[in-house]
Amino acid sequence: MLLFLRRRFLFFFFTYLLSSLTIFFLLRILPGDPARVIAGGREATAEQVAEIRAELGLNAPLPAQYISWVGNFLGGNWGDTIAFRGAQNYDLIIERSLNSARLAAVALLMSVPLSLVLGVIAGLFENKLPDILISLLTLSVVSLPEFVTGLFLINIVALRWGSSDLAQSLGWWFPSSSAVRADASFGEMLPALWLPAFAATLVMLAYISRLTRAGVIEELKRDYVRTAALKGIPWRTVIWRHVLRNALLPTITVIAISISWLISGLVVIEYVFGFPGLGSLLITAIERRDLLLAQAIAMVTVTVILFANLFADIAYALLNPRVELA
Amino acid sequence: MTAAPHLLDVEGLTISYQVKGRWLPAVRDFRLQLRRGQILGLVGESGSGKSTIALALLRYLSGNGRVEGGGTLRFAGDDLLRKSDAELRQIWAERIKFVPQNAGAALNPSIKIGAQVTEALRAASDIDRGEAQARMMRVFHDVRLVDPERVAQRYPHELSGGMQQRVTIALALICNPELLIMDEPTTGLDVTTEAAILDRLRNLIAEREAGVLYITHNLGVVAQLCQRVIVLYAGEIMEEATALDLFQRPKHPYTQGLISSVPQLGQSKRAAQLQAIAGNPPSLTRTPGGCVFADRCPAVIERCREQKPPLEKLGDGSLIRCFRWEETISMPPVPRPPQGRKGRKKPLPLNGGGVWGGGVESALLHAKNLSKLFPVARSLRELLARVEPAPIRAVDGVDLHVRAGQTLGLVGESGSGKTTLARLIIGLEERDGGSLELLGMDVRNSVRDRSQDVLSKIQMVFQNPQNSLNPYVTAGQAIRRPLIKLRGMAPAAAEAEALALLGRVNLRPEYAERYPDELSGGEKQRVAIARAFASDPDLIICDEPVSALDVSVQSAVLNLLAQLQDEGGAAYLFISHDLSVVGYLADRIAVMYLGQLAEVGDARQLFQPPYHPYTEALVSAIPIPDPRHSTERILLSDDLPSAQNLPSGCRFHTRCPRKIGEICEREEPPWRAGDGGHRIRCHIPLAELTTMQRRLTLADEA
Amino acid sequence: MRSVRVSRVYAAFKRSAGAQLRHPQSAVGTLAVAFFLVLALFGAQLAPHPNPNDQSHAARLPPTLDIGALHLGEHPFGTDRLGRDVYSRVILGAGSIFRIAGLGTLISVLAGSALGLFMGYQGGWIDEVIGRVIDALLAIPALLLALVLVGIVRNLDFEAGSWQAALADNVILLVISLLYIPIVARVARSATLDIRTREFVEAAEVRGESKAYIIFREILPSVVPSLVVEASLRFSYAIFLVASLGFLGFGARPPSPDWGLMVNENRGGFYQLTPWALEFPALAIAVLVIAVNLMSDGIRRALQKGA
Ligand code: SF4
Ligand code: SF4
Repeated sequence: MLLFLRRRFLFFFFTYLLSSLTIFFLLRILPGDPARVIAGGREATAEQVAEIRAELGLNAPLPAQYISWVGNFLGGNWGDTIAFRGAQNYDLIIERSLNSARLAAVALLMSVPLSLVLGVIAGLFENKLPDILISLLTLSVVSLPEFVTGLFLINIVALRWGSSDLAQSLGWWFPSSSAVRADASFGEMLPALWLPAFAATLVMLAYISRLTRAGVIEELKRDYVRTAALKGIPWRTVIWRHVLRNALLPTITVIAISISWLISGLVVIEYVFGFPGLGSLLITAIERRDLLLAQAIAMVTVTVILFANLFADIAYALLNPRVELA
Repeated sequence: MTAAPHLLDVEGLTISYQVKGRWLPAVRDFRLQLRRGQILGLVGESGSGKSTIALALLRYLSGNGRVEGGGTLRFAGDDLLRKSDAELRQIWAERIKFVPQNAGAALNPSIKIGAQVTEALRAASDIDRGEAQARMMRVFHDVRLVDPERVAQRYPHELSGGMQQRVTIALALICNPELLIMDEPTTGLDVTTEAAILDRLRNLIAEREAGVLYITHNLGVVAQLCQRVIVLYAGEIMEEATALDLFQRPKHPYTQGLISSVPQLGQSKRAAQLQAIAGNPPSLTRTPGGCVFADRCPAVIERCREQKPPLEKLGDGSLIRCFRWEETISMPPVPRPPQGRKGRKKPLPLNGGGVWGGGVESALLHAKNLSKLFPVARSLRELLARVEPAPIRAVDGVDLHVRAGQTLGLVGESGSGKTTLARLIIGLEERDGGSLELLGMDVRNSVRDRSQDVLSKIQMVFQNPQNSLNPYVTAGQAIRRPLIKLRGMAPAAAEAEALALLGRVNLRPEYAERYPDELSGGEKQRVAIARAFASDPDLIICDEPVSALDVSVQSAVLNLLAQLQDEGGAAYLFISHDLSVVGYLADRIAVMYLGQLAEVGDARQLFQPPYHPYTEALVSAIPIPDPRHSTERILLSDDLPSAQNLPSGCRFHTRCPRKIGEICEREEPPWRAGDGGHRIRCHIPLAELTTMQRRLTLADEA
Repeated sequence: MRSVRVSRVYAAFKRSAGAQLRHPQSAVGTLAVAFFLVLALFGAQLAPHPNPNDQSHAARLPPTLDIGALHLGEHPFGTDRLGRDVYSRVILGAGSIFRIAGLGTLISVLAGSALGLFMGYQGGWIDEVIGRVIDALLAIPALLLALVLVGIVRNLDFEAGSWQAALADNVILLVISLLYIPIVARVARSATLDIRTREFVEAAEVRGESKAYIIFREILPSVVPSLVVEASLRFSYAIFLVASLGFLGFGARPPSPDWGLMVNENRGGFYQLTPWALEFPALAIAVLVIAVNLMSDGIRRALQKGA
């Protein structure tokens, strides 16, 4: 186990190193001068550009720049926000990340159980009616871009139902946008959360349930399922003990991987709903040419994803006796 | 007959499978009767429907299979076909048990062995945990699982194949079932393990008075274990008789062919060709209307193709499905002398030019001190972590020579390193030490560094013809390519030569246009052999070339190999786990154990004392397809020590039944030379070995 | 020799075409994709108003389309707030999405397959290193990487006509290729690893075949089915990505008839005024992605079972 952990951590750091290098160099290797971009592109004067160069330490050799950049990132020293006057990247990102995390948490809480149930049902009834219906549902859901589902949800739920008498009596549970105050508490935010979270759920639903279905179908064909059935134990027990246990184990990894999906989806969904999360912040950052902010957001995202994968792998290894821990 | 009903009584059973929307009868008109305490063998090749029968008898056919109406299936007098799901579960839990083929896949990988076994017990009866535990320990002890407490705490992947199979047998026996259905339970295990398990099984069955249906393709196992035998072919019963009768006086032409196509232990290519059955079994979609065996039967007459022969019941209770059995029974297969012994077409040594000047007995290939270590998963991660796990010593200092035009057989259990040794010689694996000389030339490490000349002189026939031919390349292209590449032929000449080669492996010219999925297993292997011969090599490495083939097809391929060697004089390095096959084809045999040779000698010398204690165990473990034959088996424990952590001194000491003491653990045994190049590596002197082993053989015959 | 091999692969596709037809969903999907392809190729001829920025019509006209009566009318999808014919713009929009998504898929599949085949066959530390780099790249969410890349490139100024400017113009194409090459490479690599250990590859090595021969002649044909499946999957994701970028305002710039952009231009307050100007392009995206997914499902079923 120790060796496995050590290996897994090494891999984690290696990947982290590479991803951070990628993010760092995105701004360096592209043709053109990052300082000029930050200073405002074409209109920037030479002095402005030179000032920013000095400020960012762009005159140092690349490795030194990288090291100081990583050091600054780890130290929470992420620079001033250009997109919003007077803000600090660190505070801004932490605040927005928490909002996004709330959204993601609600989305995961909704999508994971739902998609597991749907996937298991589809798998157990392979090619029968329930499977066909679920497959059609997931296929059409996976085919709709997040902004389309998001807009339709706003349209149908918020604008149509929202104006109905019933919804009026429920009050603020049907907002047409989720543009809440960025520093609102979770309780205040919840009414604004559920609609975008539902849109995000749809994104994950198809992905997780299809993989679950495939897992269940594969397990059902195993010889040991036959062994179990021929022991004369009830079919329900066979399914629970022998099929689902092995079929659902890989879903841990699947969920971790789908977090990366979720983050992509959230960028669009937050934008559509006007939700003050990390994704909408990223779009603002890029629109306002705040490359340092964008860079820091990318780093935060990658950190989250890599940690999710790390924990998933460790959990998987702990639960699965087949993984060689030695 | 007794008034009590048969334990299992099947009549007119037809089982169909749905293939592309059509229901095709895979098993037709099957019948059997089984009494308590009886072991009934069901023999058939792959595709004969034997596993289908097993599942149908259990009423556990998959969704695309069904039992057709009209037949009966009675278990202890009850109609199984009428049982409800709940009743069936009850029967599965207590009365009928199944032992599957692949034990590794049949155990749930994420549940501990103990929990899996007691689960079966608790499905059958309401017993408390402690009682279940106690019964499990008893049955583990019965199947001779070493250290049962620890086994119960393990997961399946932590056990060896032999131990896993013992667990599945324990799983079946724990409820004292009335009927056991065993589907190839020892296939895929090493002979030594197989012998130990069969030995145990025989006693356990005798103690328990259960009825057993034992399904296998291995005639030797049937002869050693079963009282009655049903022979199945293409979904129909060909013959049923007592084991003694079946092996002594086989009536059906198919049975006769089957029995005579297995090489007897000690039978050699020099004495006679193997009796092969021509052709291939019919496919499920094209089952002939008349006798299903007609296309391959040497005694076929007009009538056989028009009418289906009925299953006749004879006075002695045996069954036969053949119009002409009364004539064929008196035509026992005559051993044919090997074909084409007219002298070699090519003088030996072959196209060696001036390089080679020795006599016929000189070596073509010299391997000295070959060794191969496999580092254990040294990935980048481990490099970074600077973890250096102990390497696997797959091949450890092997000296070997192959003589021109002769066959050197290489035998050993799985994990002995025999395949790695072959791959070192062909260059698919790079050796870590030692040298290799072909016709006096130094041979480079890897195929990539070898000259055209060396490449063309050593070729290989692979184990699995399914994988050794590219599915996107026709047979003709596969054979032409080495002609062009290694012999520098022009395309037109290569085309003609490829057809000639196809002819030499007994395939008609139109096969040149066929893709591998249009060929049967035996045909694929013929194409692979033709491809290996295309560059006119001096040495062909055959890695288990017949182990993936059915018995009836296997013998034809063995004959072909013998015949081609005779015509062209290529030498073979022939690797097999099957001692009888190696014994048939080889001139000399090397026995390998854990990366080292234990014994080398003439093919004849190997089957008589003095043996290396390991060879002795191997030879005694072979199931002989003759029920009258019974040797005292030398049973070895299942577990081959890990090649990562080799035993000190003599590598065999952990399992050796003749171990003489501490010296075996401390010192590497010396090579002891016998007559005619026979060498044995053991601390016991040859003379002593001979006396010990003679005594055993004599006791046996007395 | 090659022709036979090609015909072999072709036969597999014929089988797949047969299988497509046996599954009505995938047949419908394939037909719909073909329909959109026709729009993409001949959009300029098919659209009633071939100039996407033709503002000569009255603004905010509701759709005249009557599906029941099979009647198109003057402005089947209505006009937007600037008086542009939505129907023509949707037809014209098919071209750019097909071009970018299609070309991006093609580039990434070709380059990714080559890389994956090489990695899979070569093995060893090269494979390990490239594999880790790919893992690291894939840890960054695709859309995020795309946004950052597009955001940077758009803010750089280049001399008109220079290669950098040409690159900047095709930045989305570039982003798709960059994003998907590692993904395709991974698929190709694992397919190759599976084939590499087959004995026919060893038989080729034993005859001293060159690396290129083994990779392209021995391994490639067996890997093609998984690559085709992956390509169809990539295509649907590419469409998704192009539409999303367009919607977020990082794709085509106004007034181009990009579907994502059209959705974005007509949301918010404008939605109440001209819902059709948002709904029809959104519908076009949804239908196209569903069609591609149905088609790729069919391809997968046909190729992964048979061959
Ligand atoms: S019935 Fe005819 S073809 Fe069939 S086995 Fe007998 S002799 Fe041969
Ligand atoms: S040396 Fe000892 S342990 Fe080894 S084979 Fe001989 S007797 Fe057995």
